[in-house]
Amino acid sequence: MVSARSISVGPSSLGYTDLPWIIQHREDRCTLCGRCTAVCPKEAIYLAYRRQRMPKLDVLKKARGNEYRTFVGIRQKTNMANTCIGCSMCTMVCPNEAIMPVPNTNEHRTLFFHNQKGQPQTRGGRRNVSGPNLLDRIMFDRISMLTDPALDAGRHEFNLTTTLGRTLAPEEFLKRQREGGWIPPTREIFPFVIGSMSFGALSPNMWLGLLQGVAYCNEVLGIPVVMCTGEGGCPPWILKSPYLKYIVLQIASGYFGWDEIIRAIPEMQCDPAAIEIKYGQGAKPGDGGLLMWFKVSKLIARLRGVPEGVDLPSPPVHQTLYSIEESVMKMIQTMSTAFGHKVPVYPKISASTSAKSVLNNLVRNPYAGGLLIDGIDGGTGAAYNISMDATGHPIASNVRECYLDLVAQGKQNEIPIFAAGGIGKNGNVTQNGMALIMLGASGVHIGKYIMQSVAGCLGNEKNRCNVCNLGICPKGITSQNPKLYRRLDPDLVAERVGEVFMSISTEAKKIMAPLGRSQSLPVGMSDALGISDKDAADRLGIRYVC
Amino acid sequence: MCRLALKTAIEPFSPYEVLTAMEAMQEGYDGSGLGLLLRGLNFEDYKYDSKHPVLSGIAHSEAAWQRLNSIMAERGYELKYDHEFETHPEMVEAKDRYRYFVRVYKMPAAFDGKSTEEIENELMLTRLFLRANGEEHGSDLTAFSFWPDMALIKEVGWPMDIGNALTLHDNRITSRVCMAQGRQNTNYGINLYACHPFFIQGIATMTNGENTAFVPIRDWLLGKHFPGYMGYQSDSEVFAHILHYTLKQLKLPLQAYKHIITPLKNAELDKHPQGVFLKGLRDACRRLIIDGPNAVIGTLPDETCLLVMDHKKMRPATVGGRDGVWAFASEMGGVVAMVPDRDPSLDFQPMREHTIIVTPERKELTIWSQLDPYPLAQVA
Repeated sequence: MVSARSISVGPSSLGYTDLPWIIQHREDRCTLCGRCTAVCPKEAIYLAYRRQRMPKLDVLKKARGNEYRTFVGIRQKTNMANTCIGCSMCTMVCPNEAIMPVPNTNEHRTLFFHNQKGQPQTRGGRRNVSGPNLLDRIMFDRISMLTDPALDAGRHEFNLTTTLGRTLAPEEFLKRQREGGWIPPTREIFPFVIGSMSFGALSPNMWLGLLQGVAYCNEVLGIPVVMCTGEGGCPPWILKSPYLKYIVLQIASGYFGWDEIIRAIPEMQCDPAAIEIKYGQGAKPGDGGLLMWFKVSKLIARLRGVPEGVDLPSPPVHQTLYSIEESVMKMIQTMSTAFGHKVPVYPKISASTSAKSVLNNLVRNPYAGGLLIDGIDGGTGAAYNISMDATGHPIASNVRECYLDLVAQGKQNEIPIFAAGGIGKNGNVTQNGMALIMLGASGVHIGKYIMQSVAGCLGNEKNRCNVCNLGICPKGITSQNPKLYRRLDPDLVAERVGEVFMSISTEAKKIMAPLGRSQSLPVGMSDALGISDKDAADRLGIRYVC
Repeated sequence: MCRLALKTAIEPFSPYEVLTAMEAMQEGYDGSGLGLLLRGLNFEDYKYDSKHPVLSGIAHSEAAWQRLNSIMAERGYELKYDHEFETHPEMVEAKDRYRYFVRVYKMPAAFDGKSTEEIENELMLTRLFLRANGEEHGSDLTAFSFWPDMALIKEVGWPMDIGNALTLHDNRITSRVCMAQGRQNTNYGINLYACHPFFIQGIATMTNGENTAFVPIRDWLLGKHFPGYMGYQSDSEVFAHILHYTLKQLKLPLQAYKHIITPLKNAELDKHPQGVFLKGLRDACRRLIIDGPNAVIGTLPDETCLLVMDHKKMRPATVGGRDGVWAFASEMGGVVAMVPDRDPSLDFQPMREHTIIVTPERKELTIWSQLDPYPLAQVA
């Protein structure tokens, strides 16, 4: 039957109440300055002209008629490509408080239309599950009360560093010391590491602001923070600068940027903090980087050694090698050799039920300097929604079982386990990190939390914003468009980095002091942890409290 | 808070003297337990050859006593002397004490030709076997130590009461070194094995304060799968095991103990002549860093006595004495009680970097600082 063309509503037609965010615009306040429409990253709003009928009744002449008024206002688009993402940039730029997006409290229809043209939803951000996570619910309950007073977090001396890199068993260390053998390199670092976010995923202003902040933490505040490049290389001037020692260089399956890095080795003034080999990522297991053409600017193209404006999907695995065991062994050894066996090299994997087998592989690899496990709640700049929401393994139990596996072998001091994925998801970054440390991690990597806290990233787990993949970041954090990233002042980012790490450092002391710990990071101090969930307590081997 | 007392003297003395010192510090403990270690033994009614191992412990029933005899006979140990305490059981809280024992054995002939290390392991395994046997039978047999020239008594109660219950003032058993600790675990259950001092292969330590890093240290020691690294009814037992690990497994000099349990800060190591080595040692032994607050007092088989503090130095400890007699105690009053006729101006309170040593000659105090050069040829 032929459809009724008089009704212009199709299967994909949506109204305002079908959208996740509804724009509220107050005509009486609007001055039509146009700032909101100019700033909107999704072009979700537009200036609309409308005609209003004004009924006119002339009683004396007994005549009825109409007059028409033309008015202008801001209206919202209802097509999928331009749906409002709730970033609120319009509100922030409005001089007159005339506009704001309001979350739609009803269920909304766009969920069913994120597959236009057969393309499943892709986005940035984290798994869209909000509310307290397991780490948020862990309490530090072993308070030094009876025999000893708690320490004074403000006045005592605290040692908050951790070791990055392989440590030998004491017997082997002494043997090599006597025989002049190779002692694997280690670094004393702050246990909260800025996780891998590439120069490419991040804008130049964001990346440089982070580096500036990290240098300030190290050189002024005395907090030895390091940051990881992600897959995308590193600007050559940084490679040849003394700041390289604060940087973990990542190599991933696309090998982007490594031409520049290898060429720069002879001119490096210092060694990098470490080399991270990415085999997997918690947010999108089985996917490599997915940098889309619109983020491949001239600068990015040069750093990565690729043509400008092409898609850069990294393969899911390192293609050059046959098996993961072989890959891990050869790549780790090769990278270690490339840097004269003076730089710790460690792999990063997605949290997985098979993480223990990777770990045991590393235990037997003399060049492996650690293992970074990235859980399902990790963030990403670009991934399929299905990967982010449904694929992967939570970090806490994964780290715990890997640690206990090392404990059973007496090797927990030899291979440090670093944890990532959702740390600080609800803002409790130090609490989450210290809980993981007491479960057995030597340190944690934080990425999304850093974007949110130092640069004001607007994304959340109710799918607000989360458009990092499109290069239209309204704050200029993940965009390569100078018009957008010039909104972000690197100096202010650096200042926030300093503030954030000072605060983490103080909070870590406030957690350690009542436990009576100050001389070493309480790695594996699981007797200090409690949770009011019996099943989680049993699974993690910690105390059930209620 | 626990109270600690150690006396070391050239001339053997009664353990009751040390209990008297504990009495002087009694406001600091709660009668939850006493551990008393005697080293350099001397019996009134037996001429003891210090090569023979001494087994000490408690049999809680006659059946346990019989099993003890048969186990020792099966393993080829010949009983040379059985010290009988004159006991007053009514003065002890516990009612299941059949027999406190300190027995001298001759080593089996099969040990001839075995290396020292093998013999030391055999002694330890015998003690552990007795302990396991007791635990299998409802904890009716408690074996504290089995080692030449030393004995260990542990009991729940007030120190003086226990001393009186065992008639320790009769001078029938004396020693050149005696260490006592007056409080059990308060963080874990009351258990006879949880009384300090802790003992492994001739090495013994006792501690005041709380070992807040206990669980990670215990986990690491258990991972070594060394048979003697077990028990852990008390968080302080790991101090003895770390000392054992340092000296016997790593074969490092005594100075290394302090560097392992409380490494210097990075800034200090940067200036230290052997800083690179010590940083490596710190990293390799990172899981053995204690977090205190504790004072650790220990003795070694050659009668060397030592005292170290944790890095925070939030627990007291004092040492004082004169040529031939020295006393370590958690309170000044304990030192005064043990060596009243000394020059108190020469008493010493160690700081975070110090290790106090009294060598078997007992001439003077040796004070090592972690900031001093480290004495190992291999670091050069």
